Amino acid sequence: MATTQTLTPVMERQRRANMRRNAFYLALIAVGLLAPFVAYPVFLMKVLCFALFACAFNLLLGYAGLLSFGHAAFLATGGYVTGYLLSSYPGLTPELGILIGTGAAVLLGVAFGALAIRRQGIYFAMVTLALAQLMFFFYIQAPFTGGEDGLHGVPRGHLFGLISLRSNLAMYYFVFAVFLIGFAIVQRTVHSPFGQVLKAIRENEPRAVSLGYNVDAYKLLAFVISAGLAGLAGSTKTIVFQLASLTDAHWHMSGEVILMTLLGGVGTLFGPIVGAGLVVSLQHLLAQSPLGNWINVILGLIFVICVLSFRSGIVGEILKSYRKNFK
Amino acid sequence: MTMIFGVPLAVFMGQLLLGLINGAFYALLSLGLAVIFGLLKIVNFAHGAMYMLGAFATLLGMRYLGINYWAALLLAPLFVGLFGMLLERFMLRRIAHLDHLYGLLLTFGLALIFEGSLVNFFGVSGARYPTPELLQGGFQTGFMFLPVYRAWVLLAALVVCLGTWFIIERTRLGAYLRAGTENPALMQAFGVNVPLLITLTYGFGVALAAFAGVLAAPLYPVSPTMGSNLLIVVFAVVVIGGMGSILGAILTGLGMGLIEGLTKVYYPEAANTVIFLVMILVLMIRPAGLFGKEA
Repeated sequence: MATTQTLTPVMERQRRANMRRNAFYLALIAVGLLAPFVAYPVFLMKVLCFALFACAFNLLLGYAGLLSFGHAAFLATGGYVTGYLLSSYPGLTPELGILIGTGAAVLLGVAFGALAIRRQGIYFAMVTLALAQLMFFFYIQAPFTGGEDGLHGVPRGHLFGLISLRSNLAMYYFVFAVFLIGFAIVQRTVHSPFGQVLKAIRENEPRAVSLGYNVDAYKLLAFVISAGLAGLAGSTKTIVFQLASLTDAHWHMSGEVILMTLLGGVGTLFGPIVGAGLVVSLQHLLAQSPLGNWINVILGLIFVICVLSFRSGIVGEILKSYRKNFK
Repeated sequence: MTMIFGVPLAVFMGQLLLGLINGAFYALLSLGLAVIFGLLKIVNFAHGAMYMLGAFATLLGMRYLGINYWAALLLAPLFVGLFGMLLERFMLRRIAHLDHLYGLLLTFGLALIFEGSLVNFFGVSGARYPTPELLQGGFQTGFMFLPVYRAWVLLAALVVCLGTWFIIERTRLGAYLRAGTENPALMQAFGVNVPLLITLTYGFGVALAAFAGVLAAPLYPVSPTMGSNLLIVVFAVVVIGGMGSILGAILTGLGMGLIEGLTKVYYPEAANTVIFLVMILVLMIRPAGLFGKEA
């Protein structure tokens, strides 16, 4: 009986921590459900799409230590494929359009991932950037993207052929559901044995190799999951705004998602969401102010400040001070 | 008229020359990236912005200070080089002990700031810089018309590239630089001022980019965004060649320019993308790059 007595406080603490976490998640979901009655739903949907995009990117940088400078390619691929299909085949329902768009991003992720993981560190970043630029030129010339104009008037359609997504409120709850699914995938991946191996590779790759892990397979799978989720974000965004354009494929977009993750906190689950919310809000506010033209300069300044003196990001700093004071 | 695979010789040679000139810019820029990478281990994402600043220094120097092209050829790289040294001293050095990806992110942020600021003052449409009088006109060779300025760009770029190779591979300063690349801690123990060497190296690397910018000013419209798109192609060139070898960087740069020129003749639709496709091919066959050493 002695063992039970020593274990009980530990188990009790564990149980309380789980309860606290579940309560936290439930509270956040409640906030998400009530949000469209407080804020403009289209703005919230934009935040959710970019938050999912940033979570996908963070899975790669924060947990596998791989800096991709080409994630715009997957966002744009999801967007263009979904946009093209829904515009050309009116019978197609939005959830199928999103699935196929995501599938296309997954396939592209397999191809790019297999190439990019052949080099490490900064070369990995340069390879992904170059591959994404290749896709940018492809989308300028391809017949189905509308070139410089992009695809306009993509129909939102009826979810499962039943529920009209024309109203922004219905659309919002659909986007929120998509976001929750994407976030759950990231959360499960990070906390699975697979995620543990990824972290081991991030910390010490030669050691992971010597322990017998097939490092390349792990990296590739992480890359593909990340690419697929980025594609999911792009597909959803296209349906929300009924638009797919070259902006999503440009390298600026790859830079923006890095900034969102860095600002919120690399390698934290909620950092990318906070970062995406802040960057999207900032762009929204600046667009209406006389400083609108300075947006890139301001983003650049935030980049420099984050790298020089705020490397843990907002959520990272909060977690740090929480651990220092309460544990 | 002589034809080469169904293309008139004059057109063929003309495109080849254009390709070679682009290649000279790739060579100058990837050389600077390689020099910086050797000692600092970071990829300078602000390299395109430095090239652009070199071109702008030339343009504005003439417009407001009456500095002519020949003086700009010396002063613009000097000015940008000094600016780069300040950036290294007060920003890059502070993160030198961290993962080198942070250097990439910091220089990316700097590039956004420089580019964005100049867009606000000068817009995105480029300004023209006149070709210096001495270099106007051209020669009529047997098979094509060769503009003097283009020949000059090729010559100047080659001289600077080979001069850089000479300094690094054949002089005492270059020996320090190579030793610092191998083992900076040991160099410091021998009494070499490694931090100063690093600052000078960064300054020199970005000065090379600025020199390319001066050469480009009379050729291409001078605009704030002229550097960023070029830089991505240069990154692909660097992946193809690997950053381990100086001559390798020069040869890869020129070679990729030629391949781009040839593509423009035979399949113009792929001219923008051919270098990225070559990069994919190299990654599949020889992942370390043509002249690379790391696995």
